[in-house]
Amino acid sequence: MLDPAGPAAREIATLWWIMLGGSFAILVFVTILLALSFRPDRRQHDDVRMERTWIVGLGLGFSVAVLAALLSYGVATGARLTAPSETPVQVTAKATLAGWTFGYDARDDTEDVLHIPARRDVEVAITTGDIIHSFWVPRLAGKIDAIPGHVNRLRIEADTPGVYQGRSAEYSGPGYLDLRFTVQAHDADGWQEFLRGETE
Amino acid sequence: MNALQRHRKLDAIWASDKGFRGWFNTVSHTDLGRMFLVTAFFYFGVAGVLSMLIRAQLATPHSAWASEEVYAQLFTMHGTIMMFLFAIPAIEGMAVYLIPKMLGTRDLAYPRLTAYGYWCYAFGGAMMLASLVLGLAPDGGWFMYPPLTGGIHSPGINTDFWLIGITFVEISAICAAVELCVSILKFRAPGMSLDKMPIFGWYILVTSLMILTGFPPLILGSILLELERAFGLPFFQAELGGDSLLWQHLFWLFGHPEVYIIFLPAAGILSTLIPVMARTTLLGYGWIVASVVALAFLSFGLWVHHMFTTGIPHMGVAFFSAASTLVAVPTAVQLFAWIGTMWKGRPELHMPMLHILGFFITFVIGGLTGVMVAIVPFDWQVHDTAFITAHLHYVLFGGFVFPILAGLYYWLPLVTGRKRFFKLGETAFVLIFTGFHGTFLAMHVLGLLGQRRRIHTYDVDAGWTAINLTASVFSFIMAIGLALVLIDIIIHLFIAVRGARSPWGAGTLEWATMSPPPSYNFASLPHVTSRAPYTDNPTLPDEMARGLGYLSDPQEGRRETLMIDVTSGTPEAVVVYPANTFLPIKMAAVTGVFFLSLLLKVYWITPLAVIGVAALAWRWAWQLGARNDAGPQPVGRDMYLPLSSETAKSQGWWGSAFLLVANATFFGSLLFGYAFLWTIAPGWPPPVWLDLWLPELAFGIAAALAAPILIRMTCARVAGGQAAAAPCTMALVAVVVLAVCLASLMLRTPDPSMHAYGATLLVLGGYGFFHAAVTGVMLGFLRARIAKGHTSQARRAEPAIVRLWVDYTAAVGILCLTIAHLPALLT
Repeated sequence: MLDPAGPAAREIATLWWIMLGGSFAILVFVTILLALSFRPDRRQHDDVRMERTWIVGLGLGFSVAVLAALLSYGVATGARLTAPSETPVQVTAKATLAGWTFGYDARDDTEDVLHIPARRDVEVAITTGDIIHSFWVPRLAGKIDAIPGHVNRLRIEADTPGVYQGRSAEYSGPGYLDLRFTVQAHDADGWQEFLRGETE
Repeated sequence: MNALQRHRKLDAIWASDKGFRGWFNTVSHTDLGRMFLVTAFFYFGVAGVLSMLIRAQLATPHSAWASEEVYAQLFTMHGTIMMFLFAIPAIEGMAVYLIPKMLGTRDLAYPRLTAYGYWCYAFGGAMMLASLVLGLAPDGGWFMYPPLTGGIHSPGINTDFWLIGITFVEISAICAAVELCVSILKFRAPGMSLDKMPIFGWYILVTSLMILTGFPPLILGSILLELERAFGLPFFQAELGGDSLLWQHLFWLFGHPEVYIIFLPAAGILSTLIPVMARTTLLGYGWIVASVVALAFLSFGLWVHHMFTTGIPHMGVAFFSAASTLVAVPTAVQLFAWIGTMWKGRPELHMPMLHILGFFITFVIGGLTGVMVAIVPFDWQVHDTAFITAHLHYVLFGGFVFPILAGLYYWLPLVTGRKRFFKLGETAFVLIFTGFHGTFLAMHVLGLLGQRRRIHTYDVDAGWTAINLTASVFSFIMAIGLALVLIDIIIHLFIAVRGARSPWGAGTLEWATMSPPPSYNFASLPHVTSRAPYTDNPTLPDEMARGLGYLSDPQEGRRETLMIDVTSGTPEAVVVYPANTFLPIKMAAVTGVFFLSLLLKVYWITPLAVIGVAALAWRWAWQLGARNDAGPQPVGRDMYLPLSSETAKSQGWWGSAFLLVANATFFGSLLFGYAFLWTIAPGWPPPVWLDLWLPELAFGIAAALAAPILIRMTCARVAGGQAAAAPCTMALVAVVVLAVCLASLMLRTPDPSMHAYGATLLVLGGYGFFHAAVTGVMLGFLRARIAKGHTSQARRAEPAIVRLWVDYTAAVGILCLTIAHLPALLT
């Protein structure tokens, strides 16, 4: 996740670094306020003024401002990551306790390896053959669950051709650890070869 | 009568039986509060050992310490025990022990119910513990998602232990919540209006209301999943019209309020302790009450944030994301009010203050990572990784364990009357604090590096070895710290010397009596005129001991206290408590037989157990009341008040009202489930709807309309001193007719094992039938009471209680029948 290899994962990683910085600043601020409460000499304030400073100012004002900014950034990012693109490559993913099966429009299914073209938007339609699983390729995007009777869609994109590790991320009983798959991102030629069935 | 004579006289009335016997028949909130706490901390130890095993397993890659199956039991039981057998009961124990003392009364509203709740917890907990010892513990993760936990993928008894054992334990949470609500609203010291109530009372009141509305969805979910497992009713099977997402909704509808149910009482401890530790008063009492109430409402609007990865449409998710960040605002208000309080006063670094500082640092970090995961895209990445595990431990350890340790050190001198001897606590705090942060800061990093939660091992080349080892080493440092706290407390209990009364100089009433507190709490009840009565009147303890307050002269050896008006605190009635009895433990044991028969699938015992519970409940209620009017009673300070059984709304009415709130939430969750399946689940509409059968619908609704009218006639005749037997009998007949119609509905339901529609309808009818049966028994009871002369113009409280139940059952009956017939009526 900290080593993103696609636009979705990169946006989320940026979000993380911003939130980490902000959180650290707030933590330091609160710690300083706590430490200052122990200082020996201090002026006496009346309750009404203190309530205004601490509760209305810090408790309400400060927290609402920070949260509103963060929330709008988060919602905008989320909307971007789920916004429909013009012509995504469509693939399907079906999880079972035995492993993952991936399907394509133009050729046979593959087992435990998802082939995608690099630098193109890919929409994965995810479902399950038995219980709840989750589709997660940390370096490419966030995760989404595979739920009986429902189809969930996730968009992924890889910047460069290569192999990316994927895994199920919803506990599924014995064998959970080994419910893993890989994503093989091809360059344009390699993708056409794959679709023609020349690579497995 | 001097103070010592009064003490002897009161103690003879209130004391629990000596020795072993007293453990089992006590109904004293002081005893039961301590029993709750000791049992809860025992389970804290058990779950702590499990967590040590988890960290031992993960310390090195490819560890052969625990097999995958055993590891699954370890993490499931660690979460389950911490949540259900430690956190909630510890809160109940704290509240049960402290609330009557803080509010200046002699016991909670229903002493026998406190005992029943404790024994349900003890027996249910023992069931869970047995599963662990037998190696049959639940293993599907503490939130038990089907279909993994359904009959097909988890055929063993493990999951049944969870569903049945936890439901059994939850009876104690519901019991405690009902009686804490009633006690806080109706059993405070005279003169203590709501705005003069100690802030802790507000927190516990809100928490109790949240338990009443938060636990029913989980109880419903557990019942549905157990019905699916035991009888094949397919609520969660997509191929038969069910939906596994329904479980997630029901579970998190409980599960998120649960976090605040755990946090709020801890926050109540902080709001109580911080002003005392800083030698001042709480900044912004009104603001804090408002933010607690706001928190309670908001916490019910954000359960979906546990389900951001289930494919809910983005705008829906954005709404819940907003709600989830919004919940940080009232939390921030409290946080800054506490820091402001410290600025206002002069904080002193006593032992409780150390844990309060530990709370601040830990909880702020937990809150900040909480805001992070409320931001949806980030959650898509870290969901179900060690990052989430780390976040929730920051919130729960920071927001619960540190405050409760602070509270423990604060109130220990009250419980024991001693002062600390060796200063082990300070060392323990340093170990706990460094150990905790060492463990869970590291786990955040592991999550970001992609370590999923609940994996039992990992590869060397994953590069997680050093961080995992660090986390494990620090976790053992934390465990040593917690063990030192235990040793510190044991030394305190047995070796430490007697301490002064009220060592912290607090202003609340629990310190204004002897410590350890006497069996009757207060020799006479004070008249409260401010938020800090003990600070304002330092001679208050002497005045109460000398009998200058209310009820200083116990009548006829009765256990007495006062009931007050909810808002103003004006005394209204005298309450007479039942004395020590084995009835609660017997009833809990029979309840246990009921649950055990379900667990072991010996279903022929189940109806016998139900009859047993009903018979004991009958006896329970029969013991109350009288056959003669008592008239106004002298309560001291020249005041005369009626007995609560001679008022229109006794404590039983209030308790029923709050129980029905929980009950209505349960029913609402069931209707939500029905609507959810209908609209969201694949495989609807079902192959057949229920056929219309007019007599069933018409007779049922007519009976449901008649019963409330008849019970009102009964009440009016009792209040008017006329013969009330006839309308009471007729009300009973009406309720029986309603029960027959609902039973007919259940029998006509389309095959419930073929489609979730039939299954839901069966449960709906069953819910209505159960209520008709319970209300029928109540009407039978009332009829018998009327016949035996237990009611009169003055003694009119009992018919009013039955009226509540009749009204509720009538409403439920009409809704069940209408909803069931609606599809046929519309087509």
